[in-house]
Amino acid sequence: MKSSIASIESFGTVDGPGIRTVVFFNECKLRCIYCHNPEMWNKGKNNMTDIELVESILKNRLYFGKSGGVTFSGGEPLLQKEFLVSVCKKLKKENIHIALDTCGVGTNYDEEILKYVDLVLLDIKHTNSDGYLKITRTNNFNKQEEFINKLNKLNKKVWIRQVIVPNITDSIEYIKSLKEYLKKIKNIEKIDFLPYHKLGEEKYIKLNIPYACKNISEMDKDKCNELYEKFKNL
Amino acid sequence: MKEWKGFNDGIWTTNIDVENFILENYTEYKDNSDFLVGTTKKTEKVWNKCLNLLKEELKRHVLDIDTVNMSGINSFKPGYIDKENEVIFGLQTDAPLKRMVNPYGGIRMVYKELEAYNYKLDPTVDKYFNEFRKTHNDGVFDAYTKDIRAMRHYGLLTGLPDAYGRGRIIGDFRRVALYGIDKLEEVKKHEWDEVFVGDMTDDLIRLREEISMQYKALEEMKKMALSYGFDISKPASNSFEAVEWTYLGYLASVKESNGAAMSLGRVDAFFDIYFERDLKNNLITETEIQELIDQFVIKLRLVRHLRTPDYDELFSGDPTWVTCSIGGLTKKGKSLVTKTSYRILHTLENLDTSPEPNMTVLWSVKLPKPFKEYCAKVSILTDAVQYENDDLMRPIFDSDYAIACCVSAMRVGKDMQFFGARCNLAKALLYSLNGGYDEIKHEKVLDGIDFNKDKVLNYETVKKNYFKVLKIVARTYSNAMNIIHYMHDKYAYEAGLMSLINTDVHRYMAYGIAGLSVVVDSLSAIKYANVFPIRDKDGIITDFKIEGNFPKYGNDCDAVDNIAKEITSFFFNELKKHKCYKDAEPTMSVLTITSNVVYGEKTGATPDGRKSGVPFAPGANPMHGRDELGAIASLNSVAKLDYKECCKDGISNTFSIIPASLGESDTEKVENLVTLLDGYFSKGGHHLNVNVLDRKTLIDAMENPEKYPLLTIRVSGYSVRFNRLTRKQQEEVIKRTFHTRL
Repeated sequence: MKSSIASIESFGTVDGPGIRTVVFFNECKLRCIYCHNPEMWNKGKNNMTDIELVESILKNRLYFGKSGGVTFSGGEPLLQKEFLVSVCKKLKKENIHIALDTCGVGTNYDEEILKYVDLVLLDIKHTNSDGYLKITRTNNFNKQEEFINKLNKLNKKVWIRQVIVPNITDSIEYIKSLKEYLKKIKNIEKIDFLPYHKLGEEKYIKLNIPYACKNISEMDKDKCNELYEKFKNL
Repeated sequence: MKEWKGFNDGIWTTNIDVENFILENYTEYKDNSDFLVGTTKKTEKVWNKCLNLLKEELKRHVLDIDTVNMSGINSFKPGYIDKENEVIFGLQTDAPLKRMVNPYGGIRMVYKELEAYNYKLDPTVDKYFNEFRKTHNDGVFDAYTKDIRAMRHYGLLTGLPDAYGRGRIIGDFRRVALYGIDKLEEVKKHEWDEVFVGDMTDDLIRLREEISMQYKALEEMKKMALSYGFDISKPASNSFEAVEWTYLGYLASVKESNGAAMSLGRVDAFFDIYFERDLKNNLITETEIQELIDQFVIKLRLVRHLRTPDYDELFSGDPTWVTCSIGGLTKKGKSLVTKTSYRILHTLENLDTSPEPNMTVLWSVKLPKPFKEYCAKVSILTDAVQYENDDLMRPIFDSDYAIACCVSAMRVGKDMQFFGARCNLAKALLYSLNGGYDEIKHEKVLDGIDFNKDKVLNYETVKKNYFKVLKIVARTYSNAMNIIHYMHDKYAYEAGLMSLINTDVHRYMAYGIAGLSVVVDSLSAIKYANVFPIRDKDGIITDFKIEGNFPKYGNDCDAVDNIAKEITSFFFNELKKHKCYKDAEPTMSVLTITSNVVYGEKTGATPDGRKSGVPFAPGANPMHGRDELGAIASLNSVAKLDYKECCKDGISNTFSIIPASLGESDTEKVENLVTLLDGYFSKGGHHLNVNVLDRKTLIDAMENPEKYPLLTIRVSGYSVRFNRLTRKQQEEVIKRTFHTRL
């Protein structure tokens, strides 16, 4: 079985606990305006088998320690369906901690994948469908909701990630709505506010894709931290 | 003996055996760093004085030189920094940072050194060393062959210790403290009178002369110590004396010899035994102990040797490699970490970060967790710690070994090595393509090598010719080493150092290689892509055009990493075929220190796409920016090199990471660094330098050196103050792969 993998980072320390091998899959249905991996939007050539991927992850297992493991990211890993299940099964036999970095827009197959996942890093795009459309340029808000139901049903551990974009998600009103929205999710362990940055812009130039965030400035890190403090005290 | 009261007996009481003394007496410490204390007023005063002198030295490069008294264990009057406030005594010359002249290695080198700083040698000394006394350098050139001279001249072999001290010999300085000089003399005298007698062969005559010289050196040590008011004929009887006596032993070695690396060995558990005994009897406080350690370390930071500008270009920043090994386990698997392991590392916090002593943690996955975390914390804070795999070395070198220089392990007092600098493997590859001609100077260096005339390079043909060249180079390299060390023994014998080592010492012949990642990627390009050589009118290749992709070393890909294994193994097997002087055991290192810049400068374009003059990667590191799968894949490639069977003299790897990539919080950063080290060493990696800093900081430091007077970074195997690197070396460090992520 083969899939299309954009890249592998062998030393990830920010996508889940401990030291992680982060696998970036190609293909995503969303077109988020601030996406920093636009090269992974489309499904590329299948370039790796499930066995090869498992092997290359296991090569790093001595660095996982007690808390590390693998994180599937992308792109949208949920779109890989059978491939991901096959990889997860093999990794679980080896007792590897599996995290899934997702926006929740997958397929009917999601629950089958989630069975093997220890931790979900859930990217909240927005708390209402208008905002969702504006950011992702797609109408998938319902999918985000459905996915949260699946997480609750399986009682999955969740880390929330919210990108803070100036003038879009950096207002008090927005974080209030976020606080409310997150009450739906049962098992949240951690909430991260990620300040929007422009490091992906060069990729757009290279790929000759218009950069929708061109006129949006980077999010100030301190302001982002302040906002997070406010959010906590709401 | 009254000085040993309270110690447990063992083999050490009858034989000279410091390892046994430690194992019988040390107190394992498994707890955290909370007990550590800051500096005392006295230490602050002494260190502030030193800081001013160091600033002055940085401006003038060399503070002062004694041009009348030549190097020697007892050639100088006692010197002080601030006598009232010093608690550990002894300087190389009569004033701090004043450098000595060592003419025994070579008088021409001395002229160059003095000329560089506008000094002139005392006329009487000049006359002696020109008219009456032959030097090591003269001896070497009396014996060097045409091939050796050529390979040396064109930079195929460089950094050879043929005009300065070879270093990388660690005296067991602790013996001075534990036994006192009288006992050590007694043993050497017994061997001279009773053991090493019989038919007078070359070997025996030489050995007898050496033992006699060692005995005399011990006498000199006693006199030198007395000039500071200390009688070291008897063992040390308390904490202060244990540190002072040990230091005087070390001091004798750096007064006598100007070796490239003059390493300290391993003192943490040894000192700790004395400290624990005095603590138990309420004779000392933690503050007083830290004061001894801080001031001992200050003394180590002041060691200097006189070098030429050429030497500085190779090994920047005035390194002395006072390598101090810390931690490790006993052979039975018990941790050797003591409170003093912490105290020594703590000097980096108490006295600011510093390149010397070269803090080297012997890392085992079984070290106590709090100690691992403390090491990681200090590492992240100071970038002044290197790590070497105790689990890999301990089975070979037992419980009491130490690192000389950067990565060379040896049993303290039982092993020594003949330092062999290194061979430029990338240049050798170009010679194999260019009919034995030097690609830059267009002159013939090797005979019997055909020109490669292929349009597209063929892997099998290239490899066959390359191996032919390596065979020739190995033979000449080995010959050079034998000559150098024969003459070094004859004209610049380190009697003081050797007097603190067993007479039946085991010797290593430590060869080295540079440019490994360049060669490996070059061969991979030839094997997996199409490489078109571009030749000039003489048929010498000036550049290469590459079509297609090829796997690169540093991505945990066996297809290319196996080439690295094959090259190191082939070259080492060739080296092993040649008999070594004094029956030394051949070993090999993959280490460049900062010389990777000069090697690159002197090497033409290579088939991996590296342009002419571009620096090599340091040590065994993958080439800059070619490790695309992140830090761990890069570490995994290096970890595949075979330490035990092939590169037993060390495999150096330098790891730079920006703080944000190591983890979010400080706790996470520490945890991740600990896990990373555990992982690398479990994978069989040998050595890791750790730098946690921003590329931006380095660029700023290059442009505004005054803003970063203390910025210390680790380069292959040692630390250096960033502002003492040449511009080219700074640029190379900045270009290195920094492991970052969006």
